[in-house]
Amino acid sequence: MREKSARQIWKQMGIVWLALFALLGVTVGSAYLPLGAGNGVISLSVAAAKAALIALFFMNLARSSALVRLASAAGVIWLLFLFIMTAGDYLSR
Amino acid sequence: MSEVSRALHEPWPSLARQKEAVSFGVWAFLASEVLFFGGLFLAYTVYRNLYPHGFVAAARETEVFFGAFNTGVLMTSSLTMAVAARAAEGGMRRLTFWCLSATGALGVVFLIAKGFEYHDDIVNRLVPGPNFKLHEQGAEIFWAFYWIATGIHAIHLTVGIVIVGTFAVMLRRRTAPLAGPRYEGAALYWHLVDIIWIILLPLLYLVGRAT
Repeated sequence: MREKSARQIWKQMGIVWLALFALLGVTVGSAYLPLGAGNGVISLSVAAAKAALIALFFMNLARSSALVRLASAAGVIWLLFLFIMTAGDYLSR
Repeated sequence: MSEVSRALHEPWPSLARQKEAVSFGVWAFLASEVLFFGGLFLAYTVYRNLYPHGFVAAARETEVFFGAFNTGVLMTSSLTMAVAARAAEGGMRRLTFWCLSATGALGVVFLIAKGFEYHDDIVNRLVPGPNFKLHEQGAEIFWAFYWIATGIHAIHLTVGIVIVGTFAVMLRRRTAPLAGPRYEGAALYWHLVDIIWIILLPLLYLVGRAT
């Protein structure tokens, strides 16, 4: 692998950082707009987008091996089971 | 002894394989962390569903300024952490050291801001108990979640600060090599602690602001 210069590293990571701050602005700003149920949808979607940016670029998943990606998916998959099965109970009463 | 032979440990035949193992191992640990915090988030979801009005009334009492400020601090610490891990990979010792130090320092800034916020919360009688400020049903449960979730997050962050700080000192004293996957492993943990906070922000600070 070709080694990157410090400048390139700052540039690549800086873009992700700028995107994170833009999303922070969106989520805090939109919280004050009366959108009803839309407020929760926006704030949670933005949180998911920020988490994805960090996981893909800061945590390197975008260029990780299949094994590492699989390990990173494990927690999320079991978390989905936890939420889906609990929702299946509470929302069907 | 060269940098690579200092960094390489048994039983790995190469640094590339060792790096793969560290990433795999840390991610397996992070999966358990996701489920640990996931249980808390699940409880939040269930109780918010049961007491929607109490949760909105309670969430209005949190201080958005501190929540947003600390999110910015943590996201910036993630930037310096990511740069540190890549600088180590590229053999840039000075940049790695300074970015590790900045990461730890930003972590401390977060904890100081959190301390001021906790002080305000306590003064405003937002600790569940006999003097609790609000009367809506479920508001106390929200604040119990607030204290537990932010408290456990702060403990995680403190552990991260100790790890990052130790690595920075070891690098400075040259008791640890610049090569090897240790910085990447620490970075994965640091970033997850950042992600947990990013999820806490909308749950604790952004609910009920528009109404």
